[in-house]
Amino acid sequence: MGEMIKMVVVLTILSSFSGGLLAAIKDNTAEQIENQQLAFVKGPAIKAILEGSENDPIADRFKLMDGDVERSFFVGVFNGKPSAVCLEGAGKGFGGDLAVMVGVNPEEGNLKGIGMTTHAETPGIGSRAATDEAFKAQFKGMALADGFKVKGDGGQVDALSGATVTTRGVAIAVTDATQVFQRLKPQIEEQMKTFAK
Amino acid sequence: MAKTIAQEFTKGLWDEIAPFRLVLGLCPVLAVTKTVENGIGMGLATTFVLLCSNLLVSALRKVIPPKVRIACFIIIIATFVTVVELVMQAYAYPLFLKLGIFIPLIVVNCIVLGRSEAFASKNGLVKSIADGLGIGIGFTLSLAALGAVRELFGTGMLTFWEKPIQIFPSSFEPFTFMIEAPGAFVVLGLMLAVMNMVGKK
Repeated sequence: MGEMIKMVVVLTILSSFSGGLLAAIKDNTAEQIENQQLAFVKGPAIKAILEGSENDPIADRFKLMDGDVERSFFVGVFNGKPSAVCLEGAGKGFGGDLAVMVGVNPEEGNLKGIGMTTHAETPGIGSRAATDEAFKAQFKGMALADGFKVKGDGGQVDALSGATVTTRGVAIAVTDATQVFQRLKPQIEEQMKTFAK
Repeated sequence: MAKTIAQEFTKGLWDEIAPFRLVLGLCPVLAVTKTVENGIGMGLATTFVLLCSNLLVSALRKVIPPKVRIACFIIIIATFVTVVELVMQAYAYPLFLKLGIFIPLIVVNCIVLGRSEAFASKNGLVKSIADGLGIGIGFTLSLAALGAVRELFGTGMLTFWEKPIQIFPSSFEPFTFMIEAPGAFVVLGLMLAVMNMVGKK
C-alpha cells in the first residue's frame, strides 16, 4: 500500500513541477515566438504588399476580436497617412489549408496586394501562387465589393495553369479576408487613425 | 572496474558513439543530416535534453519508485524537449522550421531514454553529467560528420549560419542523390564500415 501511495505522489509532484516549468517558459517566450513568426513567415509577405511604406508595418500592428477569434492587422503609412492595412485570410488549397496576407486600401475600397504566407501546395505547381509575381499582381486594385472567384467559376481571377484548385483556395482566402475587413471596418479605421505620423 | 569520470565522458565520443557503434537513434541521423548545420542543431538539442534528463534522473534515482520509473523518465525527458522546442522557436526560428517534427521526436529517441534507464538511474550525479555530455557530443559529431559528407557531395558546398561556402570548384557536378533519403543510408553504411575497419582490434 505504501508503495502505491509513493508512486502516485512521485508522479504527481513530477508532473505538476514539469507543468509549472513549461507554463513559465511558454509565458516568457510567447512574445518572442510571435515576433519570430511574424518576421520569418508573415513578414516578407507584408513587406512586399506594403512596399514603400514609411513605417515598419510589423511593429505597427493592432489586434481586434472578430467574434471569438483574435486577428492581427498591420498598418502601412504612405505620405504620412495610414492608408493601407494587411490582414490574413484562410482558404483550402490542393494540399490543405493555406493562408493569404491581403492588403486593403480602406478609402478606395480595393486591394493593395496579396501574398501567400503558409501553404502545403505541390512544389513547383501550386506553390507558384506564393512566388509568381504576375499572379499576385492581378489582385492589385480589384474592388472589394466584387468578391473573388476564378474565371472558370464566373469570376475575374486568372488561374495559374495546372493549379486551379490552388487558385480557388487563394480566391477563397482573399474573400475571407475581405469579409473580415467589412465586418470590422469601423473598428479598423478607428485603430488605423492612431498610427498617423 | 569502475571507470573514471573522464572515461565516462570519452566513451561517448568513440567506444560507444551512439549512431555508429550502437546504431541507435537512427531516425534523426538519417532524416535531418541534409546539411551540416541541421546536423549540429539537432545534435545540440539532443545533447541539452540528454544532459538535463541524465542530471535529473540521477538526482532523483533514490526517490523514483522502480515500477513507474519509465513514466517518470518520460515526463522528465518530455519536459526538457518542450523547453528546447520553445527556446528554439523563440531564438532560432529558421532552424526550427528546418528541423520541424524531429524536435518533438527527441522524446522517443532511444538514446535519451536508454541513458536514463541504463546509466543515470544507477550512477551518481557527476558521472551521469559526464555520460550525458559525452554521448550527446558524440551524437552531435556523428550528425555533423554525416551532414558534412552529404552536403559536400550533394551540393559542393558547406553552409554555416546561413552562409554557403563553396568547397569544390563550380565545375563540380553535384551528386543530388546524396541529399535525398537513399543517400543518407549509403553514407551511414559507408561510415559504419570505416568505423569498423579503424576500430578492428
